[in-house]
Amino acid sequence: MTEENLALEIRNVTKRFPGVLANDNVSFSLRKGEIHALLGENGAGKSTLMNVVYGLYAQDEGEFFIDNKLVEINGPSDAINYGIGMVHQHFMLVPVFSVTENMILGSEVTKGTSLDLNRARKEILKISEAYGLEVDPDAIVEDLPVGVQQRVEILKALYRKANILVLDEPTAVLTPQEAEDLFVVMRQLTEQGVSIIFITHKLKEILNVADRVTVMRRGKVVGHTSPKETDQQGLATMMVGRDVLLEVEKSPAKPEDVVLEVEHLKITDERDVEVVKDISFEVRAGEILGIAGIQGNGQTELVEAMTGLRDATSGKVYLSGETIPFENPRYLVEHGVGHVPEDRHKHGLVLPYDLADNMVLNTYYQKPYAGQMLVRDEQAVLKNALGLIERFDVRAPGPDVAASTLSGGNQQKVIVGREFSRPLKVLIANQPTRGLDVGSIEYIHKEIVKMRDEGIGVVVISAELDEILSLSDRIAIMFRGEIVTIVEAKGTTREQLGLWMAGATPEAVV
Amino acid sequence: MEDQQISQEDNQSMMDKLSALWRVIAIPLAAVLLALVIGAILLAVSGANPFRAYAALVEGSFGSMKAFGRTLAKATPLIFSGLAVAFAFKAGLFNIGAQGQLLFGALASAAAGFMITGLPPFLHATLALLIGATAGALFAAIPGALKAYTGAHEVITTIMLNYVAINMTDYFADGPFKDRTEGNIVARTPEILDSARIPSIGEIPVGFLLAVLAAIIVWWLLWRTTLGFEIRTVGLSPHAAKYAGMKVAATVILTMVISGVLAGIGGAIETQGIVYRYQPGFNAGLGFDGITIALLGKTHPIGIIPAAILIGAMKAGASTMQFNAGVAKEITDVIQALMLFFVTADIIIRKLIRSKAESGETVTLSGWGQQ
Ligand SMILES: Nc1ncnc2c1ncn2[C@@H]1O[C@H](COP(=O)(O)OP(=O)(O)OP(=O)(O)O)[C@@H](O)[C@H]1O
Ligand SMILES: [Mg+2]
Repeated sequence: MTEENLALEIRNVTKRFPGVLANDNVSFSLRKGEIHALLGENGAGKSTLMNVVYGLYAQDEGEFFIDNKLVEINGPSDAINYGIGMVHQHFMLVPVFSVTENMILGSEVTKGTSLDLNRARKEILKISEAYGLEVDPDAIVEDLPVGVQQRVEILKALYRKANILVLDEPTAVLTPQEAEDLFVVMRQLTEQGVSIIFITHKLKEILNVADRVTVMRRGKVVGHTSPKETDQQGLATMMVGRDVLLEVEKSPAKPEDVVLEVEHLKITDERDVEVVKDISFEVRAGEILGIAGIQGNGQTELVEAMTGLRDATSGKVYLSGETIPFENPRYLVEHGVGHVPEDRHKHGLVLPYDLADNMVLNTYYQKPYAGQMLVRDEQAVLKNALGLIERFDVRAPGPDVAASTLSGGNQQKVIVGREFSRPLKVLIANQPTRGLDVGSIEYIHKEIVKMRDEGIGVVVISAELDEILSLSDRIAIMFRGEIVTIVEAKGTTREQLGLWMAGATPEAVV
Repeated sequence: MEDQQISQEDNQSMMDKLSALWRVIAIPLAAVLLALVIGAILLAVSGANPFRAYAALVEGSFGSMKAFGRTLAKATPLIFSGLAVAFAFKAGLFNIGAQGQLLFGALASAAAGFMITGLPPFLHATLALLIGATAGALFAAIPGALKAYTGAHEVITTIMLNYVAINMTDYFADGPFKDRTEGNIVARTPEILDSARIPSIGEIPVGFLLAVLAAIIVWWLLWRTTLGFEIRTVGLSPHAAKYAGMKVAATVILTMVISGVLAGIGGAIETQGIVYRYQPGFNAGLGFDGITIALLGKTHPIGIIPAAILIGAMKAGASTMQFNAGVAKEITDVIQALMLFFVTADIIIRKLIRSKAESGETVTLSGWGQQ
């Protein structure tokens, strides 16, 4: 039927989960050597479709063709044999293993009965050189920055001779520079004949690297397009089904009293490195302070100290003039500080818990969720969940499903819903829209601005320059544990931000 | 028409619940059956008639009201030790020390039983029980505190403390608490007073009823209270627990204390309902069996009751089997070990009963931040 040179064709795939039709008769084709973007709202079924292709889930209906031949994929090992490699939305590396050990996991090179790590190591070096993917084969994975961990995942796929590469939201956790590097690698790979399926919520990236785009909504394919035929607005409309505001609409801030003050804060991390060096700043009620910086410049630790997750070596944090104790998250919950944590799986959620429990994770002991004698009120917990699911448009079969079954973006909405719905004085949101689709980002940005206008002091930490620029009233730029400068967002350009983030002194940038 | 739809939905959720229940019990059930089948093969190979042996086993454990009562009596301390292990497990703690905590509970309640005099029966029995519970709690607090404040792994510390418990209880039974009645040369305490004994109602031991009550309370505590929510959160994700403002270290200690209370009561009931004194050796293995039972019961408080009755029945029926079918009692230990093996090795079972890994269950290891 097809004369086209297809690397992979998915025909009429349907996949159901209890209460969810995740893929509804989906067809998709991937040409040889192209980068094909898969775009869709949170929960549209993108990851599910890819997991089916990779053999992690069995489809209920549908067929796969590789090189125009019908194939059966009954597990990841089949997929790997057919040359499919996948980098998951949430990485699948063993943190305590070295890069080499991780790469050969499942396809171990042996010498007799023992592992031939040396040969594997050499081969890895060869591949990493060939594709310009630099990694130290002996590094322990958990010590590596996410960007490099991702490279390990890609190398792992290439090591297994993948010529169809699935990248599920690879840029969600990357810095803009790391993302650029990734795109270079992707183009290089396609030149060598690899075909790539690229999932992302960042429309700019699609316009930047994709050859074609397939758009999904609520389990169905709703359209095809290409960067030549459309723009960001077009893509957004196609995906959400309505016009989306890509820019934040907000009136000038009306800052009032200082609600949060950080004074000479110093933090040393587990390795005894001073990661935050004498930082001071203020946040006023009714303003949004953005904190920009390349990942690993102390933002994570700064936020952890402000939110009770980490001790500081010296310095103070004041909330409405009162000193807050370190390492006491409950104090903050009870004094009106909301926190959207950077790592939703580590801190933000208990994945096996249902949505209802996750939505009261830090208020579970308060009225009305608990009454006399520590007894929980299930009804109140459920009612809260139903309200938040509705208000934040969480796409889930119900409040009683495990958080682990939600799509990444919907997991984020569970956390955002929980934190935004408490009475707050200060909101600290670390990467609040990571992994969210444009429609949800629009909604969450609106909510943040609304909270500001109600007189809440907001701190937003983001790796997205666009988010920082459009959301913040003032921007603090961090570099190597220090605040380089704090500027008014109005009039600041992307370029200026980029220079400061790279360590240029404030005076050097005009 | 609308009505029909609703009842259909009800049916659907009913079916969902049933199939969820089935998924939970399928594996332990299969493990038990598989262990029995292999046990039968072993019996046949060793020249015995497996059908006769199993028939005798059933007769000895369920064949009469008396046999049934014996089964329940055997199951009683096992429910407690199973609960102790399962409870700790919910906070992510592997309490191998239930044995030691149970020994201290048994010894302490015996001491209270023979030393305290002049109390009315109900009061004396209750007091002795509480003293047993406290002994278990205090002994379990040690590994709890070590874990919370130094990070020492509870598996190691509880194993080591088991030896401490065995030797200390031996010492007390042969020293300060020794039964000095004329002619006694064995290490044991004097008999407890009648007022400290826990009776039976007909053939049903009151201790068993207490065990069932304890299981229900544990279930309620874990799933209906904020404390239970904290314990489970700490068990599933200590990082998220910290974020949620829970006191992780305190929760770890408290969990171990409650686990020790359960094990201690198990020992006390054994003293006050069966042995009527503390005598080394009489409680051997009851705490360790708790591990098997917790796993067979899928670490669910209610699941532990049938699991304990099953193991209790094998213990109760073993002598009848030896008598009637002429096979060594120890075969029941082998079967029990096989059950433990198969529940823990549930991959083998899954393969055998073709229950594919649940979609969505983590097949691989870790994602960013998910550790
Ligand atoms: N293991 C699972 N069990 C039950 N439901 C699931 C499971 N995995 C996914 N789902 C459901 O299937 C739907 C599609 O999820 P999927 O993860 O494919 O979305 P997605 O398009 O990748 O979204 P995102 O952009 O947020 O990552 C969602 O409604 C989700 O709740
Ligand atoms: Mg996804």
